[in-house]
Parts: sequence; C-alpha cells; structure tokens
Amino acid sequence: MTNPIDAGGAAAVSTMPASAPLRVRRTNPIKEILRPLGQLLIFVLGSSIVMALITVALALILRPTRDDMDMLQITLILLPQVLIDGLVLGFMYATIALGYTMVYGVLEFINFAHGEIFMFGAFAGVELLLWIERTNGLDVGNLAAYGLIIVAIIVGMVISGLLAITTERLAYRPLRGAPRLIPLISAIGVSFFLQDMMRFMQSAINGDFYRTFPDFGPFGKRITLFSMPLDDRTIDIAIQVKSLIIIIVAIIMLVGLNYLVNATRLGKAIRSVAQDQRTSSLMGINVNRIIALTFLIGGALGGAAGVLFAFKFTRADPYMGFLPGLKAFTAAVLGGIGNITGAMLGGIVLGLLESFAAAYLSIFTNGAMGAEYKDILAFAILILILVFRPSGLLGSKTTQKA
Amino acid sequence: MGITLQTTRKVDAQGDGQLLLELDNIHTYYGKIHALKGISLKVNKGEIVTLIGSNGAGKSTTLRTISGLLRPREGEVRLDGKNMANVPPHSIVEAGIGHVPEGRGVFPGLTVLENLEMGAYLLRNHSELERRLENVFSLFPRLLERMQQKGGTLSGGEQQMLAIGRGLMQQPSVLLLDEPSMGLAPLLVEEIFNIIDRLNKEQGTTILLVEQNAQAALQVAHRAYVLEVGQISMSGLAADLLHDPRVSEAYLGL
Ligand SMILES: Nc1ncnc2c1ncn2[C@@H]1O[C@H](COP(=O)(O)OP(=O)(O)O)[C@@H](O)[C@H]1O
Ligand SMILES: [Mg+2]
Repeated sequence: MTNPIDAGGAAAVSTMPASAPLRVRRTNPIKEILRPLGQLLIFVLGSSIVMALITVALALILRPTRDDMDMLQITLILLPQVLIDGLVLGFMYATIALGYTMVYGVLEFINFAHGEIFMFGAFAGVELLLWIERTNGLDVGNLAAYGLIIVAIIVGMVISGLLAITTERLAYRPLRGAPRLIPLISAIGVSFFLQDMMRFMQSAINGDFYRTFPDFGPFGKRITLFSMPLDDRTIDIAIQVKSLIIIIVAIIMLVGLNYLVNATRLGKAIRSVAQDQRTSSLMGINVNRIIALTFLIGGALGGAAGVLFAFKFTRADPYMGFLPGLKAFTAAVLGGIGNITGAMLGGIVLGLLESFAAAYLSIFTNGAMGAEYKDILAFAILILILVFRPSGLLGSKTTQKA
Repeated sequence: MGITLQTTRKVDAQGDGQLLLELDNIHTYYGKIHALKGISLKVNKGEIVTLIGSNGAGKSTTLRTISGLLRPREGEVRLDGKNMANVPPHSIVEAGIGHVPEGRGVFPGLTVLENLEMGAYLLRNHSELERRLENVFSLFPRLLERMQQKGGTLSGGEQQMLAIGRGLMQQPSVLLLDEPSMGLAPLLVEEIFNIIDRLNKEQGTTILLVEQNAQAALQVAHRAYVLEVGQISMSGLAADLLHDPRVSEAYLGL
C-alpha cells in the first residue's frame, strides 16, 4: 500500500542499553498535542510567507503595466485580509480532506460521497439552529450563542459520522473484494443519492431545497487585529468573530485527530490496518470495526466542516458538498493522500491559493480575468506541483508493502 | 542438511496428551480451487507438531483456515473442543491461536518495539506487557539492539525473529509457524529451529510448525503429518517419519 496513514511517526524513545530494565514506551500526551500544533504553525507561516513573497514579486514585475494605480500598494493593502480569508478556507478544506485521506489510508479507496457526508452535517447543524429559533428564538446572550454553535457542530459531527458508517456498511463493505473501480462507482452513486435525498426532504418539508443559516450572536462582528497607516488614512486589518471560531474549531479537530491517531490504542490499530489488514487481524484487531471507525471519524470531521462552512457562507444546500469536496480531495492528494499531516498542509495551501487568486487575478491581469477564474489558477498551480511531486507534498516516494 | 539442536529431544514425548487443537475433515476452497480436501489433524498440549509437504500442498492454507483468514466450506476446527470454523480471525487470536504467517507480515512502517507491542494488542496490562517483552528480548537479543529500527529495514532473519517474537507476545495457547526457515541462511535456520525447540522445552509452548525443510522440522517435532495436494498422506511420530523411506525419498532428498 502506498503511503499508509502516517502522521509523522510515534514519539521517539531514547535508546537504552541492553542491560537496562525494559520500559515500555508510553506516549507523552503533551508532546502529541504540541507537535501537530507546531506543524500547523509552520505550515501556516510557511505557506503564507511563500504566497506573500510570490505575490509581491509579481506586483513588482507587473507594476509598469498599469498606470491607473500603484499595483504594489494595492497588493500590500489587500495582503493581510487575503491571507486571513485564505487560512479560514484552508482550515475548512483541511478538515474535510482528513476524511478522504483517512479512508484512503486504510482502504486505498476514495470515498467520493464524502462531500455529501459534509453536506448532511451542514444541514444537521442548520436545522438544529432553525429549530431552536422556531421554538425558543435565538435572541440569546453571547455565551449562549457560542454554546449553540458548538452544539450545532457536535450534532453535525454525529449525523455525518453515523451517515458515513452507514454508507460504508451498506454501499462499500459488500464490495470490499470487488475490483477497485466498483466501490468507486458505488461511491459516486451514493453521492447522487444523498444529494437528491436531501433535496427531496428539504423540498417536501420546507418547500425550498436550501436553508439559510440563522443570523444570531456576535459572530458578524469584526475584531481589528492591527491598523496600517497609509498616506493620510489608516486601514484596519480585521477578522470576523465567525472566522476566528472556524479557525479555532478546525485547529482543535486537527490536533485532536493527530492525538487520536498517534497516541491512542485505536490510533495504533488504525495505523496498523492501514499498513496490512491481514496481519492486523492476526494481532487480534477487528479490522471491519477499525474500518467502520475510520469512516466514523472521517465523517465526523466532515460534518464539523459542513457546519463551519454553512456558518461561514450562511447557507446549506444539497449541492454544497460538490466543490468543497472536490477541493478537499485535491488538498488531500496535494499533501500526499493517506498522510494526515499532508492533508492539513494541502488544505492550507489550497485555501491560500484560492484566496490569492480571487483577490489578485483581476488586478494582475488588468481586469482580463476576474475572481471567477480563481479555481483555474489554483488548480493549474496544483497540477504543476503534482507534476514535480506526484506523491504529493508530504507523500512518501517509495511504495512500501509488507 | 542436519540441524544440531542444543537440547536433545525424547522421541516419544508427546506433551501431556491433552487434546488442544483439532481439525476435523476440513475442506477449504479458493473460489473453485479445492485446496484442502478433508484434512484431519490433532495437536496436543505441549507438543510440536509439524506439517510437511511440497510447495503448493496446502500447508499455508491449513494454517490460514485455523486462524480464520480462510473459512472452510466443510469441517470443523476445534480449539479446546469449541468449533472455531466460523469465528473471525481477531476472535480466534483472542481464543489463543497465534499465527506467524508465511512471509512474516512484519509491519514495515512500525519500529521493532511497536511491532512487538502490536502482538500484545489485546493485552491491556502494562506490567504483563513488559514481562512479555523481556521474555522476547531474552530469546532474541538481536531484537533488543534493533528496538527502534523500522520493521521494514531489518534483514530477513531479523524479520523472522520479529515475527516469531510478535507471535509470542500474544502468549497463545498454540503457535502456528508458517515456514519460519524460508529464505534464511543455514546458520540462521539452525538458530530459528533452536529457538523453536527452546520455546517448547523451556516455556511449554505448543507449536504447529509448517515447513518445507522436512529434515529439520522432523528433528524438532514430536509428531508429524505429511500433506500432499490437499490431503494428509502420512502421519506418525516425527522420529519414525524421519526414517521412513517414503518420506526420505520425497522430502528429504536422500
Ligand atoms: N490466494 C490464493 N488464490 C488461489 N489459489 C491459491 C491461493 N493461495 C494458494 N492457492 C492454491 O492453493 C494450493 C495450496 O497452496 P498453499 O497452501 O499456499 O501451499 P503451501 O503452503 O503448501 O505451499 C496451491 O495449489 C495454490 O496454488
Ligand atoms: Mg506455504
């Protein structure tokens, strides 16, 4: 199997002399939390700096092409906001990408219905909040509003996790021994089925197939991070409370998953099933259960991302899973599919690429290409990266199989 | 090639004669291929029983059927009298059957220590885990030296030791070994057979040993079965089979 789930290896142990009494390696929980945090920090800073430098360089090069504005100045003014937006998007992609990468890690199977699992999570969260709005109203204090968002996320995770397990059981497990293409087709079928099922349910119950995320709490407020003096004005660089919540929740998810995979018994079982199912079963591991749990975990992460997405873009609709799903899958491949750390990096890079393309394309091309071309640019760069690193940014280049 | 065992085997020893594992008329298929055609065999507590036979005879298939990786279409596998024929592999491990598969099945991406810990996956008691680790390291000091090395970077002989060690971490009531000497240099082969012998003598481990190296297997085992295209063709005391002209001709290359 190529690139089994690899979250950076287990904690290192000092080599001990042969005569020393044997100490079983015990994972240090603090270390298992700090390590992914550190990695995320490096990824965020690293890709932000690279993107910013490239953009500034482009602005300097292209500056003479436009005399109606100072391209460098505009680029710099936009930069902080573009970075923040890109990171918010990137963290959401990373959270979704983990679902693809974990399932791929254990089954070498791409769960194309993961975008729909994500969509169900979004609806679950939105429906819950709408229901609370109808019954009690959402005119609540700040603290309660935060609490409600957390609850909505948890409900989204539960629904998506259960849905993921159900699809695995009904649509994938019976095809486990079939040629590779067959479960893939099944996944595409599940994807359409779930889209239409949601559309049908929403149309039947609500008369319309999309739902709007209720507007409540202090989430629209903007927190000014810093102010830039510019000529005679100052420009505030701000982040929406909403975006801050998204980033924090996503970081908790990513770190939590790393901990689970690297420092728990379940994680050990997941890693070994990813390497060799048959041998894992000879170790006493219930492989089917571990696979189901992998779907549960990936689905739950997707559900959380779904609620965050609906929160950010204030809407849930049956087709909302398609593009983010495709992009998160791309992020997973970009990072090195099967590799958890890679999915996080891939998500962040993709989010930044998209945000930069949206902001600067029209400026740099003198309006010839607008923000609507952002995906073309983002994906062109992805293809370029993959041409040079086919196994992804963090994917191992060797195939290893016992 | 003869194997010099560090200890001497009493040819008539058969453990305490208590039946531990029994195969009763097992038929196993790969799709339409009828690989096992009614295999019956017994392993008593404390015995080393060897299953010899040429390539493709069905030795590995027999072990896979015992450990639940394959389901027999007919027949029963009984451990302590309980039928295991339709129990999933992880539950069979739990019931006390350890299987060191052909080709070793070492996790290449896990360290030696992690591989060994995987063997004791079902064990939740830390001090017992440490005790078993010490036991394995005392049998295979080389594994202790390589403790932090990735399983995939070990030599063939070391991987075999790791696979056996990992099987021992399960502390199974019966250990299935599938061609532990395969692909090893003669000196290592001897070392492996010595370990098998010691395991049985010093720790009382019951072993079902599958081998193509019939000579060495018959020297170390109490009893033996000869497998020919999916059927048992001969069985008896290992010492008797070792001197049986039919065995010598077919399997000992004499
Ligand atoms: N995975 C498989 N699929 C189909 N046939 C198999 C498979 N494994 C083994 N066989 C067949 O089953 C028979 C017994 O194989 P095996 O148990 O591996 O033999 P041995 O271990 O004695 O060399 C052989 O004819 C072999 O070709
Ligand atoms: Mg074999």
